[in-house]
Amino acid sequence: MSEIRPNDKKSREPLTDRRKFILNMARGVGIAALGGFVWSAYVDEVTASQLMLRPPGALPEEDFLKTCIKCGLCVEACPFDTLVLAAPGENKPLGTPYFVPRDVPCYMCPDIPCVPVCPTGALDEESVTTDGVLDINSADMGLAVVDHESCIAYWGIQCDACYRACPLLGEAITIAYEKNERTGKHAFMKPIVHGDVCTGCGLCELACVTEKPAIFVLPRETATGRAGDHYIKGWDKADEKRLENAHSKTTKTKISNRSAMDSLNDAEDLY
Amino acid sequence: MKTVWNNYRYLILRRFTQISLLVLYFGANAWGWTVLQGNLSSSSILGIVPMSDPYAALQMLAAGATLAADLLIGVTIVSLFYFLIGGRAFCSWVCPINMVTDLAAWLREKLEINRVQKVKQPATRQLRYWVLLMGLAISFFMGVAAFEFISPISMLHRGIVFGIGFGWAAVLIIFLFDLFVLKNGWCGHVCPLGGFYSLLGRFSLIRVHHDEAACTLCMKCKVVCPEQQVLHMIGKESIPVLSGECTNCARCIEVCDDEALEFSIRKLVDNNRSGDKHETSK
Repeated sequence: MSEIRPNDKKSREPLTDRRKFILNMARGVGIAALGGFVWSAYVDEVTASQLMLRPPGALPEEDFLKTCIKCGLCVEACPFDTLVLAAPGENKPLGTPYFVPRDVPCYMCPDIPCVPVCPTGALDEESVTTDGVLDINSADMGLAVVDHESCIAYWGIQCDACYRACPLLGEAITIAYEKNERTGKHAFMKPIVHGDVCTGCGLCELACVTEKPAIFVLPRETATGRAGDHYIKGWDKADEKRLENAHSKTTKTKISNRSAMDSLNDAEDLY
Repeated sequence: MKTVWNNYRYLILRRFTQISLLVLYFGANAWGWTVLQGNLSSSSILGIVPMSDPYAALQMLAAGATLAADLLIGVTIVSLFYFLIGGRAFCSWVCPINMVTDLAAWLREKLEINRVQKVKQPATRQLRYWVLLMGLAISFFMGVAAFEFISPISMLHRGIVFGIGFGWAAVLIIFLFDLFVLKNGWCGHVCPLGGFYSLLGRFSLIRVHHDEAACTLCMKCKVVCPEQQVLHMIGKESIPVLSGECTNCARCIEVCDDEALEFSIRKLVDNNRSGDKHETSK
């Protein structure tokens, strides 16, 4: 008991202001760290989704998430109820507008009512304007992609539903004729999407006759690759422009100390 | 009937305002009304006058967004209204979460939870200002408006207008938190938007004024007040409630049987001085 008493006495002494201050600070830091990390982690999680189709004129996803104030004015302006706001529980960036073409595609109104109402510029009027006039054909909501395995036109069955549904008929989707070697007397009529014209409106996705659409719209960033600076179309003068700002990199690994020829001819490290 | 009106007149007016705004917003999405479109983050009156949430705009600025002209005009309109006139009135007259937390506070009183948890409240009301700052810091580091992704206010309001999803769960959490964990927990301690309007609205003209000579010290006002600390002058001094944390909900005015509390326009010079002195000594 005698060992405990001194402690008891100590605990009954009033805390000094200094001690109180330090303890309160520590408590504050602890709560702030806990709250801050949980909050940041959640924000990181909900903004990670890259597979959303945005309204026409939307800024690149990262800037869009910064700039969209989630007011829903674009949703209210849409006459076809295409656009919806992400609700809690959908695992999408909360409150931001998107659309699902298989439910309701973008019907590409010529006056693009959803864009000018945006108060923050997250939907950028400039990006859907050609020569001072709103031009929905210049919109880039995504890119239609054909799954060759499930597209029945690629099987040889005649179907041009997507081609017919496309608002830019004959431009964004064309039909490629090919001989069907299996039968020897029929033609394939394969739909080909042209990425430079396709706006990602999704009318093709809605029209597709297969159970799960064989043609579907993905955000362009997800649907496309990038050749990079290592390859060039040597026969295309315009393509050389792409590489104007390309620059070479000198590697500084151990293997590049010697010239490439010496390094390759030296068989020493093989044995 | 007369006493019912007398004792609940501002409460009825507030609920009327809050619900009317919700109906107008809802009608805009459901039936294409143009009176009030959008939601509490940003809206437009008759498609002409923009209004935007200034705290959301601050977060966007911290996140590195370029603020468009419409947004800045909307922010200015809203900020000027609360700065010059309304004070923190957004919280009690507009915000839909207020109805949820008022219900929780009322139930808490009725179920006598306040008597069980009569110990000192385990959290400080300064917390909201830290949450406000943290919201801006996280917006800066994450590059998105951070509070807008977790705000139960937006979830409820946007939910009512555009479809709620699991947003009701967030509202339920707030309700249970206020009912069982912390009295006036969300609106009075945590909500950074409330903190923002507390700072913004502290110089506004509309104030509750206390008449000490008429006061009988019944303390009914302190029981109903969601921000009790702002009523420090009750029974002591005839000055207005000058703290920005007062939401101008006017519950204190209507429960007072002695007409010792009433709305007034702040007298700019002399009241300012006496009020400031007391604000710092809470």
